[in-house]
Amino acid sequence: MAGVAHGPVVRGVAAGAAGAAGPLAAAAHDRFVAHMWAHLVGGMVAPLLLVLAAPVTLALRTLDVTPARRLSRLLRSAPARVLAHPVVAAALSAGGLWVLYLTPIFDAMRDQPLVHVLVHAHLVAAGALFYASVIGPDPRPHPPGRVLTAAVLVATIASHGILAKFLYANPPAGLAVADVRAGAQLMYYAGAWVEAVVIVIFCAQWYRAAGVTSSRASQRAGRLPERA
Amino acid sequence: MTAAAVRAARPAQNLWSGVLFGVGLIAFIDEAVFHQLLHWHHFYDLSTPAIGLVSDGVFHAISWFATIAGLFLLADLRRHDALNWRRWAGGVLLGAGAFQLYDGTVQHKVFGIHQIRYVSDVFVYDLAWNLTAMAMILAGGVLVWLTRAGAAVQVERAPR
Repeated sequence: MAGVAHGPVVRGVAAGAAGAAGPLAAAAHDRFVAHMWAHLVGGMVAPLLLVLAAPVTLALRTLDVTPARRLSRLLRSAPARVLAHPVVAAALSAGGLWVLYLTPIFDAMRDQPLVHVLVHAHLVAAGALFYASVIGPDPRPHPPGRVLTAAVLVATIASHGILAKFLYANPPAGLAVADVRAGAQLMYYAGAWVEAVVIVIFCAQWYRAAGVTSSRASQRAGRLPERA
Repeated sequence: MTAAAVRAARPAQNLWSGVLFGVGLIAFIDEAVFHQLLHWHHFYDLSTPAIGLVSDGVFHAISWFATIAGLFLLADLRRHDALNWRRWAGGVLLGAGAFQLYDGTVQHKVFGIHQIRYVSDVFVYDLAWNLTAMAMILAGGVLVWLTRAGAAVQVERAPR
């Protein structure tokens, strides 16, 4: 595995696990603020770290030829293409949160360990799928348009902010109002920092791509490349 | 490129980069100063829930995105030597003024999501708020007009 960076993957997995097990997950059972920390770490930071670690590139470099080809074929398949579309990935990720808080799933998650694990697995997986679809550094056979991706990014950030305020205004039954409000504010303000990081990465990728395009254009025009 | 050609380059990008950053900047100032430091109004004032939630959420997302995207457009102008600071500043004032006027009229008065401050003489605050907004629009508009694409070209063609 020499030369392949697997440290970022380890960090992502560790952050994902911290939301599902251990002291944070235990505290999340009793207090909404802790639950929201688990959501931020497990549902936002962990998938972001996982995606930035470029897991597909890592797999393609380390796997034998046959499984690597299978993985590559799987990623180019029609279902994978649909799942990785920003609109679909956003619906699964941001939409999944609305379903969690607006249906009895939230209560079930607090009562039944199996539901808790499933919900958490969904949050990590859907979050990673979403980040991969908008800012994934892995090779993408069908990259989405940047304007569409920007619109989806704005819509999901809006959805997250609206849900945070909705929870602030409509605390789930059986929870202390002050606790829910603190958690909702945490979701709103701390979430905004993660969102800012994602926007910076998205814009930086666009900026870099535009720089490559314009220096190629000036080379074609017979001029020296413009300074980067 | 000559100095005049550089100043005339990418007029739309200079403008939009400023507008985007201006919208983000004024939304940030509103949120940091009036919501969080002064506590004059809060992010959610429990008055008309449905519209308040959705409009605030959408505007938070757009302003957040606009701040960052506007600065990347600025960086793109700099690397192409096409940055015109006067036009960019005009865009910032226009974006900030337009957003503040929208906030002060539609969000505060039409939708009633929140008021600037919960006092009896809120009219004075509304007046100051919207006059500031209009002053920014006016100043920004003048700068954008002075730096319009045709302005530089006209000077060059003047002898004809």
